[in-house]
Amino acid sequence: MFDFYFHLHLIVRLVLQSLAVILVLFPIAAACSMAERKISAWIQGRPGPNRTIAPIGGLLTPLGLVGRIPFLGPFLQQMGIFQLAADGGKFTFKEDPVPGHVNKFYFVLAPIISMIPALTTVVVVPVGAYFAVVDGVKVLKPIVLANVDIGLLAVFAVSSLGVYSVILAGWASNSKYAFLGGVRASAQLISYELSMTLSVLPVFLWINKPGGQGTLSLFDAVQFQSGVFHGFSLASLHGLWGVCYMPVSAFIFLVALFAETNRAPFDMPESESELVAGFHTEYGAFKWSLFFLAEYCHMIIGSAVCILLFFGGWNLLPWVPLATLIDWLSHFISFAGHPLFMGLVGIAIFLGKVFFFIFFFMWVRWTLPRFRYDQVMDLGWKKLLPLSIANLLFYTLGIALLQK
Amino acid sequence: MAVIQVERKPLTFAERTYIPQIIGGLKTTLKHFFAPTVTLQYPEERPEIPKGYRGVPTLVKDPHGREKCVSCQLCEFVCPPKAIRITPGEIPAESSSVHVEKGPQAFDIDMLRCIYCGLCQEVCPEEAIFLQNQFSMSGYTRAEMVNNKARLYELGGTLPDQHFKWDKKKAAEEHGNAH
Repeated sequence: MFDFYFHLHLIVRLVLQSLAVILVLFPIAAACSMAERKISAWIQGRPGPNRTIAPIGGLLTPLGLVGRIPFLGPFLQQMGIFQLAADGGKFTFKEDPVPGHVNKFYFVLAPIISMIPALTTVVVVPVGAYFAVVDGVKVLKPIVLANVDIGLLAVFAVSSLGVYSVILAGWASNSKYAFLGGVRASAQLISYELSMTLSVLPVFLWINKPGGQGTLSLFDAVQFQSGVFHGFSLASLHGLWGVCYMPVSAFIFLVALFAETNRAPFDMPESESELVAGFHTEYGAFKWSLFFLAEYCHMIIGSAVCILLFFGGWNLLPWVPLATLIDWLSHFISFAGHPLFMGLVGIAIFLGKVFFFIFFFMWVRWTLPRFRYDQVMDLGWKKLLPLSIANLLFYTLGIALLQK
Repeated sequence: MAVIQVERKPLTFAERTYIPQIIGGLKTTLKHFFAPTVTLQYPEERPEIPKGYRGVPTLVKDPHGREKCVSCQLCEFVCPPKAIRITPGEIPAESSSVHVEKGPQAFDIDMLRCIYCGLCQEVCPEEAIFLQNQFSMSGYTRAEMVNNKARLYELGGTLPDQHFKWDKKKAAEEHGNAH
């Protein structure tokens, strides 16, 4: 059925795959902005945006017609779906003035740079798995744009480039608030990168056996968590998710992730009550929306990596990996064994977890007040960094003893 | 004054990690997440106006449909921002309430001036002007923001009257024991 696809040129196929990923990632990132507004509203006891509806007539007629479907239309209106379209249209078409006092080249460059790492990291992030038959043997293969061995390293290397866009925006804006935001961002992101990197090392200490072939692939990280229950033995550890036996690592990673994505309580670069809007004070219209989208893309990728490392990737439950689930489903559904079905189920489980994490991000935003700048630095350098080093030492010794 | 010594316990280790507090906070926000919203969907849902609310000043009629204002102009006199303008007039002879003698020919309240102080209501000897429950006045022009007599009666409607003092006066006159 899909043979014609595999006869296409490799580059054409890769471009199509990348487009597919971007076409999924972009709307999700956009929908996150509405989710943010709705979740904020619900937590504060408000209904949130629920008025906008597209007119019948003009360019938005299809949306307007959808809005008039009984039950579905009003529901979508309540959920602010049309508000999302209206926002998108506004950001795209409104006038985008460049202030006179900015460094124009870097000012325009910064939002572009913010999108690049956000969309590049997704290349190495696997989103699901399927059984492929290679030389007559069933092999579990990841659904990923590039299944490279440097996986996690690539994520860290590219995503940390995101700080350049913030610094560049802050500096090119030639405004003191934007500048302060940029300075804060650079200090904060560099501080938390350290603990973040140290916190994931135990994961790969578990995966990489001495003498074996080394890997930093995120797919292997999920494979390590895809075992089944073998009784109370060390082998059963494979079925558990990383967070169960590395809770401190997962915690440090999550905290550092909040800091890396500039989310509350670590939204120092923006801190809208102190620095107007921080690094994007001077931005408006489309350029501002690029920063906004990039932040949500970072959140999505960050939570995806966190799920892959510590929360079992596309596995439904601990000790219930995707393969077992598909086996079980194939008793009820005839086409459950089809690679396409398996891939979709995997992606659905994975996206479900990602959505939960995004909800968690927003949930925390309305729970915790913003840290003071010195508290951020104190937490990063004096608490999380020693903790992550101790954590690394603990697991190094523990794994050395267990795997001896 | 007695001094109360408050014992300040040092924070426990769990408290210093701040994690139990964060979890408690998350619980609280999650509770609010599922709680029904408290917002009023304003133009469709209107708030319930409490009794005695002092909204837009209006003119009222008595239960027999007689306009109560006798254009004594006390409200015009007392009005601090000078929002009220009354043109007094005589009640025509063919009217059923001719015994009241006076009534307003024109009665304008400029709502751009009105400060909703309620002094007009307080000063009115006829209980003819009331600040009632209409709370939003809006218009596109200055002229629209001036409530004329017709509009004031439309807003005011009829309020119950305990006294009917003019009817009593008329009855007394007819029985010859007036004053």
